[in-house]
Amino acid sequence: MKPARVAATVVVVIIGLLCVAESLLPRFDYTAQDRLECSSRPTGKHWLGTDALGRDRFARLLHGTRVSLSMAPAAAAVSLCLAFLFGAVPGYVGGLSERAAKAMIDLMLAMPWLFLLLIARAALPLNTSPQMSVAVTFLMLGLLGWGVPARVLLAQSRRLRESEFLLLACATGVSRSRLLVRQVLPNLLPVMWTQFWIAIPMFVLAEANLSMLGLGVAEPIPSLGSLLKEIESAMATQSYACSFSALLVLVVFVGSVQIAFMRKEVG
Amino acid sequence: MLKAIAIRVLLAALTVAIGGLLSAVLVRCAPGFGVDERQLDVRLNSDSREAIRREAEDQRDISRFYLQSLTRMVHGDLGVSPSLNRPIRALMAERGPVTLRLVAIGLALSWASSVLLVLGRWTLDFVWFDTLGRLISGALLCIPTAGLALLLVMLDLPAYLAMALVVLPKSYQLLSSLLGAAASMPHVISAKAKGAGAVRILGWHMVAVVRRELLALIGVSVGIAVSAAIPVEALTGTPGIGQLAWQAAMARDLPVLLTVSLAVIACTVLANSGADLFAGGQREGG
Repeated sequence: MKPARVAATVVVVIIGLLCVAESLLPRFDYTAQDRLECSSRPTGKHWLGTDALGRDRFARLLHGTRVSLSMAPAAAAVSLCLAFLFGAVPGYVGGLSERAAKAMIDLMLAMPWLFLLLIARAALPLNTSPQMSVAVTFLMLGLLGWGVPARVLLAQSRRLRESEFLLLACATGVSRSRLLVRQVLPNLLPVMWTQFWIAIPMFVLAEANLSMLGLGVAEPIPSLGSLLKEIESAMATQSYACSFSALLVLVVFVGSVQIAFMRKEVG
Repeated sequence: MLKAIAIRVLLAALTVAIGGLLSAVLVRCAPGFGVDERQLDVRLNSDSREAIRREAEDQRDISRFYLQSLTRMVHGDLGVSPSLNRPIRALMAERGPVTLRLVAIGLALSWASSVLLVLGRWTLDFVWFDTLGRLISGALLCIPTAGLALLLVMLDLPAYLAMALVVLPKSYQLLSSLLGAAASMPHVISAKAKGAGAVRILGWHMVAVVRRELLALIGVSVGIAVSAAIPVEALTGTPGIGQLAWQAAMARDLPVLLTVSLAVIACTVLANSGADLFAGGQREGG
């Protein structure tokens, strides 16, 4: 393993541990307001200062990172399940289903999905609860983001279908469903794993874009995207260093995931 | 060739139609759909209110709603924006050129920068150009589009620069890997061994081999730029289609959202299909 990859993995693990630790430490309450210290600079009490409502920026950063980092893998898992269903299975079955799956994947890839996300998010009721907004935002990302992994899985499973060991297994009378579960799926797992790690930063960034536009995770729940909106207020308050902390965490996390887990042999 | 064009046009039309249907389904399912605030107007008599209610009832059937919307669009009637109280056609005509200019300048800048970095790598043989390109594109890939747009607003820089910075990492990485693969081809190695100049090798032996993929890449980058138009325009205050889509989403202006999504899907599909067709023509032409 290259040193850069080791260092990046360590960074990802540290960020993950910090997010887990957040729930164990009662000191960091992301909703608690200190009304005497609104928009304050960093102090011993508030390490990164407070926002305009007097909420501790560090606590919100920890919780926001936790929200983004726990929901993005869930969305990636949803998109991978769909990719397996619409990519790997038709690729293995072949024939008409493969052609239909290809057409569907091309359709998904041709669509500007930020527009679809925007419409889907706008279609939600105005009284959607913050918890629901988190779930829906990431669910939508998972439901709309399966095009690329499906294309990769389709190509890979077609290659497997034409491989000699599967032909041999077919010739010995093993059923197709058993082959799919016992032979095709284990062989696809490394590719699925890579696609999973590619999807996570993609979804974190997509959520950040949506939240910065006010169409992602709703207040008072923080996410990395909604925290980035504070950069706008930083222009007025001149508290750049504190407001950029979310951007720093985002860049460090996405960069580390890309270095640590992405491999060149994707397709 | 004609058959390929016909199939491509058919597929493009089908994609736009399905995309539009998807948007229409979302619009139809949105809460508040079919509720007209005129029904609350006490100055209207019961017959008028009933007529308004029936008009809204007609749109409850999703297929009829979509077909009616499409028929109106074909006749040039895009409807009226409830939130901005203006004809959608006028809004699109006003804002379309702004987005087109933004996307065109952004794409031109990003491709020019990518080509410069790649030229530096392959013609001058400066390896650090490659390192620089990787560093820049890697860093830019980690920043969300909206974040980039906001940073540029803070630095008082133009919006098209944000668009260029969004497209640059993808255009550079793909261009670089395409040319990297072409550089290891036997005929390129042979040309190098025979002492051909770097510019000649790049122009005649490398770009010529990957020109079809390059065209496809340009088509893909149009899609990326169009998608990036929403956050860039919304956060930099550029009055284009992206900002209109964002305002419509915030105000739940569903007719505008449907029209804009159809227009954007059509643009993306046309760019991709055009690039594919042109690449196909190149392939047939040799």
